[in-house]
Amino acid sequence: MLSGILIFNQKGENLIFRAFRSDCRPRLADIFRIQVISNPQVRSPILTLGSTTFSHVKHENIYLVAVTKSNANAALVFEFLYRLVMLGKSYFGKLDEEAVKNNFVLIYELLDEILDFGYPQNTDPDTLKMYITTEGVKSAIANSPTDSSRITQQATGAISWRRSDIKYRKNEAFVDVIEDVNLLMSATGTVLRADVNGQIVMRAYLSGTPECKFGLNDRLLLDTGESSSNMNNPGGGNGLSTSKTTRAAAGSVTLEDCQFHQCVKLGRFDADRIISFVPPDGEFELMRYRATENVNLPFKVHPIVREIGTTKVEYSVAIKANYSSKLFATNVVIRIPTPLNTAKTTERTSQGRAKYEPEQNNIVWKIARFSGQSEYVLNAEATLTTMTHQKAWSRPPLSLSFSLLMFTSSGLLVRYLKVFEKSNYSSVKWVRYMTRAGSYEIRCGRVSDTIRTVYEQENKKHIHIARVERNSQHQKAETICAGQENRNENEQSHKDKKGQSQDTGTEII
Amino acid sequence: MSSGGDAKLFARGKVAELRQELNSGGKKDKNYSAKKIALKKIVANMTMSNNDMVALFPDVIGCMNLPSLEIKKMCFLFLVNYSRMKPEVALKALPTLVDDMADNNPLVRALALRTISYVHVREFVEATFQPVKRLMQDNDPYVRKTAAFCVAKLYEHDKKMVENSDLIDRLNRMLKDENPTVVSSVLASLVDIWGRSESISLTIDYVSASKLVSILADCSEWCQTYILEALMAYVPQDSAEALLLAERIAPRLSHSNSAVVLTSCRVILYLMNYIAGEKHITSLCKKLSPPLVTLLSKPPEVQYLALRNAILILQKRPEVLRNDIRVFFCNYNDPIYVKVTKLELMFMLTTKENISVVLAELREYATEIDVHFVRKAVRAIGKLAIKIESAAKQCIETLLELVDAKIPYIVQEATVVIRNIFRKYPNQYESIISHVIRNIDDLDEPEAKAAVIWIIGQYADRIDNSDGLLQDYLATFHDETVEVQLALLTATVKLFIQRPTKGQQLVPQVLKWCTEETDDPDLRDRGYMYWRLLSTDPATAKQIVMGQKPPITAESEKLDPRTLEELCLNVGTLATVYLKPIHQVFRAARPRRLLPSPALQRDPVTPVYNGPPPSLPVGPGVNPGTTGPSNMNEAADAADAYFSGIGSQQMASMDLDGAGGGGAPQTQYVVTQNQQQVYQPQLAGGAATGELLLL
Repeated sequence: MLSGILIFNQKGENLIFRAFRSDCRPRLADIFRIQVISNPQVRSPILTLGSTTFSHVKHENIYLVAVTKSNANAALVFEFLYRLVMLGKSYFGKLDEEAVKNNFVLIYELLDEILDFGYPQNTDPDTLKMYITTEGVKSAIANSPTDSSRITQQATGAISWRRSDIKYRKNEAFVDVIEDVNLLMSATGTVLRADVNGQIVMRAYLSGTPECKFGLNDRLLLDTGESSSNMNNPGGGNGLSTSKTTRAAAGSVTLEDCQFHQCVKLGRFDADRIISFVPPDGEFELMRYRATENVNLPFKVHPIVREIGTTKVEYSVAIKANYSSKLFATNVVIRIPTPLNTAKTTERTSQGRAKYEPEQNNIVWKIARFSGQSEYVLNAEATLTTMTHQKAWSRPPLSLSFSLLMFTSSGLLVRYLKVFEKSNYSSVKWVRYMTRAGSYEIRCGRVSDTIRTVYEQENKKHIHIARVERNSQHQKAETICAGQENRNENEQSHKDKKGQSQDTGTEII
Repeated sequence: MSSGGDAKLFARGKVAELRQELNSGGKKDKNYSAKKIALKKIVANMTMSNNDMVALFPDVIGCMNLPSLEIKKMCFLFLVNYSRMKPEVALKALPTLVDDMADNNPLVRALALRTISYVHVREFVEATFQPVKRLMQDNDPYVRKTAAFCVAKLYEHDKKMVENSDLIDRLNRMLKDENPTVVSSVLASLVDIWGRSESISLTIDYVSASKLVSILADCSEWCQTYILEALMAYVPQDSAEALLLAERIAPRLSHSNSAVVLTSCRVILYLMNYIAGEKHITSLCKKLSPPLVTLLSKPPEVQYLALRNAILILQKRPEVLRNDIRVFFCNYNDPIYVKVTKLELMFMLTTKENISVVLAELREYATEIDVHFVRKAVRAIGKLAIKIESAAKQCIETLLELVDAKIPYIVQEATVVIRNIFRKYPNQYESIISHVIRNIDDLDEPEAKAAVIWIIGQYADRIDNSDGLLQDYLATFHDETVEVQLALLTATVKLFIQRPTKGQQLVPQVLKWCTEETDDPDLRDRGYMYWRLLSTDPATAKQIVMGQKPPITAESEKLDPRTLEELCLNVGTLATVYLKPIHQVFRAARPRRLLPSPALQRDPVTPVYNGPPPSLPVGPGVNPGTTGPSNMNEAADAADAYFSGIGSQQMASMDLDGAGGGGAPQTQYVVTQNQQQVYQPQLAGGAATGELLLL
């Protein structure tokens, strides 16, 4: 397992060096600095030299490095490094050079706790914060044996992620369904790939030890062996992914795969697809899922890029919102790549603002508020300087970012969230949906390719986003109330607990 | 949280000043804040490898008993770091640690035990033995799990001492502990010891394995990984048992931690070796695909790992991932290591049904900036032509389109793969020869030159000015690399055999150069061989030189069965990134094999000899003995394979590798195409010459 953990800044200064085995010598810091930090040719996160392997991730302006001496479990190594980043964020707000330098002693203390002989131990921030704190005051509490026992039971218990003595006057839970929609579209308008990476983040402010049950409109995958056409995967042929995709019933979604927070009882999900768990206190990522069928693409983009000789490139980019006119997306940013030798640009837009960003080689077109069903156009021209050494322009793809509330590309809906606790309190639950651009790329091909712009992936299924629905299965009949569709601009607002009742973006379930 | 403002303490300091600071404060300093600040400065200097700090050892030990856990932890850190430099001073800290191990606060007991067992000094190791036995039975689970890891630490310090004690037995007994975290820590400790000892074997019977699977759900993500790793020591004796266990582990594939996911894949793949029944295997394979794809939404490093393992698993179980090719299409912003690996997977997953989509995609990649990646894309197109016969024409058209773009490195790469296509499909696509020859002046890399020379020689009778083209190259014969010289030699002989009138002037000249004016033994030998062949019996010479060549395939890149078996037992480990025989990268790693049992579905690959596997390049092209039935043919094959010279490795294994680098280290391994590109020199050196880092 791990022999040591090292942290460097970009200059190669060693900020943290903690060895967990005697084979991790100080010299290794120099070797990493020379072989990786000052080597511009590095193309891999893993470097094995002799019997030593350095695995590193870059985060903000620091390198986090794990040293191993054997054929270690590489997945564990990287998961641990990312966990370290997450812990840093949880403790210091963010983990960068400044945070490391400001808290280096605490980081050593944490490392000593979360690794023993290089084996990761309990890394739940909630538990760790019970006895490793930035104030040093609480360290005193841990000095009393009874409190310590409580901590140790917690750190080694079956529900290591939750304290038992949590109390709230008002019991509430917030569910955020956040979807990153990925699109890769060819210059001819063919959807090469469209899928959704979803994430369900929960903030639980619930007393005691609540048992939660969570229901989605997830269509049970029926493995009938019948093959039906899978529109997203026409090249994939027959077999696995298509055979199980009997056409999704209206209003239900086929999840390709799910991954859960460790609080979720995986056995139960495997057996009857019930998501049941005892949540950690506060915010956590309950699950991730992937959907590849019937992906609703919020935006259609038609780019036409024309190179006129070697001195000019003309752009005509049309973008259309493909969602209900009652919704609107915010922070829509379209990045249109320009050649490296662009001297100046001119842009005209029917909406929003476009600006040339030379350092990124992009024309950046921003539309702050994009109503459903509307369509906007940008016309631009890039004038190029002549260069003696003409380098081929690789024509990077055009990319989009946006966020769209009350819309899920996969069509996923939360049906219910039930909370059972022995004191039988009532709780209020809120749910919010958001779709963002993951990697939303449209290739700009050669002119001849660009003319035909056909979507394979038309809107196959329209999903009514906010609607009243009853969960007939359950007697308590927790209801999903209609959230209003005209949305509060401030998508962050429901993070503020007090502001939530005004937050029209949340539904009560 | 704004709290720590310690950045200002992160600066170089002098011993004398720090000592004074450490001893200042006195009674007025109630919270020891002055001492804390001084200690923080010392810790910072320790990080900066300011080894003067070791002079403060006695002063730091003096602070160890102050009633502040924060101070104690800093002192312990100092102790762990410097004890080896000053063992005699470190000894003064021993009583404190021994006392603390009997403290009534479990956190303090565990801290002391954890610290004392990090110190690589004999007295500390000896002083740990008795207390650890007591603490293994502590009533606090946190202390017990610390004690479990402590045994592995002691084993690292002193194997003999641990083996001569009853510590390992005691550790074994702890497997009955009621606390799942303790049990998994014990397993991690045992597996660690097993990994470093030849004499210790680790076996788990079905009942224990089943019990371990049942506690998985109650463990933290890391503990689940330790348990799963330990389950590899269970050898199923019965197919039904293996199946049951695999199905009980399968839910772990939905865990959000990729270590749990990939280690579960490892165990399930392992158990599948012992499971009878096609149906069960298919159903398990189906469960493995989605989690592997889902890992592609993780950070790039984890994606990379998932992709490398997908390459591995696909070779063992081709039914996994079969329909998911589009998810492996490259995103523009993927890091290069992810892109290149996706490209390899795409090649593996291409079938005649999806080839059109893949070709369109590869063509797109060929316009990107990264030269290495572009070359791989071009090479992949050529390999696909060889892999999928019905699509060869389509591939060739795509290649020619790319060649027309006249980007030098694309032209060169395309020339090489077109040569391979000719080799695979003789007498089928000769119409494109002129198209290829047109770019002959753009070629400056030896491999590409050798390829075009091979084409000229092979089709000398169909190219009108073949003698003229060869003559152009022969003009600079002495300046060419050996690779090109060998190709020229063979091509000239071929020209002579096919068009004696045109070749008769060139051949003697080239033979003379090769036999008399070269220092390269290969070139000389080949020159002599041709000379004698031609002067003895021209008819036989024709038969040999222009004889039928053994077929080439694109599948020859597969790992050999032994390596594949071993790597599959190591899914998710670093070795799967390199996809090479494990002992070549990690020499100290304890080998893993499939152990025989009545349930084992096939014989394990029996080692014929105990050395490293033969490092013969795969592919029949350079393995002449296996193909020719008659002596004559055999000789012909051997000769042709040997002298065709067009970079025999590339010809034989058709790998996706970039052409640069001369290929010298590549020949060393069977599976070069799967090796990471960038670190190849170091790696090759590392494996060949032992440790580069002598520590």
